[in-house]
Amino acid sequence: MLLRRSVRSAPSSLSASGTASAGVWRRKGVGRRADSLFAVLAALSGVLILGILGWMVVSTTGTALPVFGSQGISFITSSRWSPSDGEFGTLAFIYGTVVTSVIALLIAVPLSLGVSLFLTEYSPKRLKGPVGQAVDLLAAVPSVIYGLWGVFILLPLFLQPVSDFLAEYLGFIPIFKGPPSGLSYFGAGVILAIMITPIITSLCREVFETVPGADRHAAYALGATKWEVIRQAVLPRARAGIVGATMLGLGRALGETIAVALLIGSSVSIDASIVRPGYSMAAVIANQFQEATGDHIRALVGIGVVLFALTIIINMAARALVWRFNRT
Amino acid sequence: MSEKSPMVQEEGVDMPSPAAVVSRDDAQSRRPPVEQPVFSVRDLSVSYGKNVALKGVTMDIRPRRITAIIGPSGCGKSTLIRCFNRMNELIPGAQVDGQVLYHGEDIYAPGVDPVVVRRHVGMVFQRPNPFPKSIYDNIAFGAKINGYKGDMDELVERSLRRAALWDEVKAKLKKSALDLSGGQQQRLCIARAIAVEPDVILMDEPASALDPIATVRIEDLMQELKRDYSIIIVTHNMQQAARVSDETAFLYTEVDEATSARWGILVEFGKTGRIFTSPRDKRTEDYVSGRFG
Ligand SMILES: Nc1ncnc2c1ncn2[C@@H]1O[C@H](COP(=O)(O)OP(=O)(O)OP(=O)(O)O)[C@@H](O)[C@H]1O
Ligand SMILES: [Mg+2]
Repeated sequence: MLLRRSVRSAPSSLSASGTASAGVWRRKGVGRRADSLFAVLAALSGVLILGILGWMVVSTTGTALPVFGSQGISFITSSRWSPSDGEFGTLAFIYGTVVTSVIALLIAVPLSLGVSLFLTEYSPKRLKGPVGQAVDLLAAVPSVIYGLWGVFILLPLFLQPVSDFLAEYLGFIPIFKGPPSGLSYFGAGVILAIMITPIITSLCREVFETVPGADRHAAYALGATKWEVIRQAVLPRARAGIVGATMLGLGRALGETIAVALLIGSSVSIDASIVRPGYSMAAVIANQFQEATGDHIRALVGIGVVLFALTIIINMAARALVWRFNRT
Repeated sequence: MSEKSPMVQEEGVDMPSPAAVVSRDDAQSRRPPVEQPVFSVRDLSVSYGKNVALKGVTMDIRPRRITAIIGPSGCGKSTLIRCFNRMNELIPGAQVDGQVLYHGEDIYAPGVDPVVVRRHVGMVFQRPNPFPKSIYDNIAFGAKINGYKGDMDELVERSLRRAALWDEVKAKLKKSALDLSGGQQQRLCIARAIAVEPDVILMDEPASALDPIATVRIEDLMQELKRDYSIIIVTHNMQQAARVSDETAFLYTEVDEATSARWGILVEFGKTGRIFTSPRDKRTEDYVSGRFG
């Protein structure tokens, strides 16, 4: 009995490959050629992707180089942006991008975790399908729709009243200091949160669903309540996936152009208060590219380079984080 | 079943039994003077959706024994063992009818919290399933959620010793449990189960994913554990059932020719020695002699 079992569990591929290679060591024919052809194609596509990436980096950096040269480090440390005077400090845009993205994550991540946990762990079967599909559908809505909806519906009904409220009652805290504006870091952050919540939710849901049933059962069998099962068995397994999903959402938030351009207020300034208008990197590129000339264009491309660098840095940080999680 | 015998208390002393068939394991077990069953199963049926998986099981599980559940694949062994700690509830559509009395109390009665049931009745699964945490945290998990206030280090050591794993892992308690071998992982799962101080331990084919040596270690461990715990084990392996258990339940699949519906029934239940040497039912005899299954 024991013997029989251990034989059965021996890798079956061994015998399969054994018979295949018996006698004929070199396999010829279409299959083999297709194999090498595919290998070449795969390698070529890999090189192509790297090539395009490299080309993009080199050409954009090249275009922006004169401005980098003339502005020096003040390109990213100064917030004086005056194209007519040839002054190109982009700190206000960097600040706006970072602040709106952080606001978006602070709202979207807890919300997404809640929704995805509800969908995977709590919701009755009847709700699971429709709600899940609605979430996936929301993830596919173009951002300009979010932007317009934000301006015409969310701004008067939610953003402006909430900004007013925050400034009025919590204005003593610097980040809520008035005079309040609906078009603000907060407004852009909220619309970003609404945009990235479906993506993060959808990904987290998949992550939670891949947590092995064995883990849950182990916890249940020890007398864990549902919440303890989630805390101890589901979330630890899903940590890396949650970070990954968050990073994807963050990536979208950092680069989001049109919805932010519509809601951030387009003011070249750095304000500690989130209910004040600001600007973001992608938004300024989109807004000013049409009428820009000469160094102004180069500066806008330079902003693109900085945004690209910022995205890469954040991505690498996320990878390091995921790597650390996977090790423990 | 043999009578209670208050005279015989010492370990290792065989008890004269009118049933004449006394298994090797019976000789080693200690008999408490008065013995109430840990579990009394009364007319238990389980169905998944419309399909009945198990019908009309009635049996008493005796304390501090190893009770084996054997039978061909699909006859409902896992279904039955999951009834003892209400794990069937986690399967959508599962429906349990009948009674499972734990020390006389119906664990399926309204108002009984399955979480509390599971704190008394631990379970070890077919595939070792340690959490992706350190060895230490795996043991500490159950104790923590059960509100254990004592010395955690001491509990971890005690549990690991009981599971015969301490010497192998004492130097790497903070290492991931997933780095252990399959057999070590399974013993860790046993340690994890006993760390919450259950009364009963359920094991669903605990050794079927393990090699023969790891299997023997688990079997030895079960012999150790039955001094303090009642153990119910599902096994495919009849030699294993014969080696380790005191009592054996044989389940078999009944088929309704008209509808070709299939469900499991309890064919025979009794002392392991008797089930294997002089089964009363033809189907049991065929099964234990390897004629089918
Ligand atoms: N989760 C489930 N959902 C639906 N039906 C199930 C489920 N688990 C088991 N069954 C059905 O119940 C019957 C008994 O299954 P069970 O797993 O209890 O058998 P078993 O004796 O443990 O088999 P094995 O020896 O192969 O593990 C089978 O017909 C099976 O198809
Ligand atoms: Mg089974």
